[in-house]
Amino acid sequence: MSRATREAFGDALVELAREGVDVVAVEADLSKSTTTAKLADAFPERFFNVGIAEQNMIDVAAGLAVSGKVAFTGSFAVFATGRAYDQVRNTVCYSLLDVKIAPTHSGVTVGPDGGSHQMVEDIALMRVLPGMRVLVPADYNAAKAALRAAALNPGPFYVRLGRVAAPEVYPQDFEFEVGRAYVLREGTDVTIAACGVEVSEALTAAEALALEGISAEVIDVATVKPLDVATLVASVSKTGRIVTCEEHSVLGGMGSAVSEVLSEACPVPTRRVGVADVFGTSGEPAELMEYFGLTSTHIVAAAKELLG
Amino acid sequence: MPDFELIREKATLMRRDIVEMIAEARSGHPGGSLSAADIVAVLYFGGLLRHDPADPNWPERDRFVLSKGHAAPVLYAALAEAGYFGRDHLKTLRKLGSMLQGHPDSKKTPGVEVSTGSLGQGLSISCGLAAGLGSKPDDDRTVFCLMGDGELQEGQVWEAAMFASHHALENLVAIVDENGLQIDGACTEVMCLGHVAQKFIAFGWHAIEVDGHDISALCDALAAARAHEGGPAVVVAHTVKGKGVSFMEGNAGWHGKAPSAEETAQALSELSITEGSAS
Repeated sequence: MSRATREAFGDALVELAREGVDVVAVEADLSKSTTTAKLADAFPERFFNVGIAEQNMIDVAAGLAVSGKVAFTGSFAVFATGRAYDQVRNTVCYSLLDVKIAPTHSGVTVGPDGGSHQMVEDIALMRVLPGMRVLVPADYNAAKAALRAAALNPGPFYVRLGRVAAPEVYPQDFEFEVGRAYVLREGTDVTIAACGVEVSEALTAAEALALEGISAEVIDVATVKPLDVATLVASVSKTGRIVTCEEHSVLGGMGSAVSEVLSEACPVPTRRVGVADVFGTSGEPAELMEYFGLTSTHIVAAAKELLG
Repeated sequence: MPDFELIREKATLMRRDIVEMIAEARSGHPGGSLSAADIVAVLYFGGLLRHDPADPNWPERDRFVLSKGHAAPVLYAALAEAGYFGRDHLKTLRKLGSMLQGHPDSKKTPGVEVSTGSLGQGLSISCGLAAGLGSKPDDDRTVFCLMGDGELQEGQVWEAAMFASHHALENLVAIVDENGLQIDGACTEVMCLGHVAQKFIAFGWHAIEVDGHDISALCDALAAARAHEGGPAVVVAHTVKGKGVSFMEGNAGWHGKAPSAEETAQALSELSITEGSAS
């Protein structure tokens, strides 16, 4: 079943609250879009709406964390990371507070709202902050598990959630292990490292490559920071080449993170599939995936380019 | 009844510490530390802030958030005088390996509740803290947040001001150290704030104005703000930047500059315990 990763946000919060985890959510007037409204309905005393004030949202969450709560924040990725960057840096990360930044509407699949609302620089912004962990779940089940892991592990987390339905990759009882990359398909000719909505595109690409006799290993880099270097090195040691794919700028994101470590630990020919240092634009999500070169077809092309 | 003489003496000691530690560090912010010295002395030594230097994490304590983080020396001076750490640490201010960072760091310094330094964030953090602690009458733990007046130019302060009154945070007390000066000059010339107390009133706060160097009046104002029910209260303290050191008083040039050895000697001679209080 295809469900948006954002759907998992409210569901995870309600579940955690029911289990007695002292979670709260601080929202900036987007509770229906982000689904934090589910927590507001079930546990109104655990929900704080700051209105359209994202900087205040991050720091109110910080204060709640200082008082002992596990504080999640809402809003859209572009506002929660961009507009409130100083708050995330100087208050949340600087003091390693229990604030879990889990905005929705990341990437170009935001769709018709256009480039102002399509955040493709958030992984870059978040992963350079000391103390921040960056999780990019591939589907609803992974998102719910990632949010749970963020809640139960102390300190700052960034959980990247999306607006559109993502095909199911993981079972309902999936347990998210922070810092682990998941090998979803084994292969010998090329490694495809993906995260978020690109994971299902990578799996489709691997199927297509198999039809042409090319054996692709697919890795879900569900935690971009800390990166699972061992799994990546083991894979490229075998395949000798890697394609990274993400619904994010090719600058600074998961592809950059992977390239950084592999260039030191095990340099191999690399192709980065992602948004090419441009802003998004209005369109339907599927059209935009095509327009920005993020579909399985583009991944197949990149893999073949590497295989010469 | 607070011991006004003791508070005055502590304030003078803190002012001496401020001048000496900034001189030793050869950088820092004396002006806004000195303007806030009486306010902070009243909180820590006037019984206004419930705290225990022997147990910095005592759950029943009130919380003090120094939103104007560049005034870290005034906080460090109070914490050292209160016994959170030895006074010998003061001379390590701003040096490599010191627990006394240029701006407050809750991870490094006992008694520092929240890291600050990027202006305009403390009131938001205090809102979250106040909302998380619980509410009167069952829980009277109070969050005191000290801001500068120039700091009020940050838009986020007013996002927080809205939040506090909307959520009727009666366990939140904001204090504005209104010394009228910021780095580039007078606040009225750099970016006029208008009437601070009236602004807070318009945002739904209870506001009290006070002479920020009158120890007795400060005690009354902070006690009244703490006791206020139904919503947040702000104490707008009219102060003099650089208060207590004649050549620093009312001079924006002393916002972020260390005194020379000569100036330090002059300042310390003016801040004498035996010759009376700083106010």
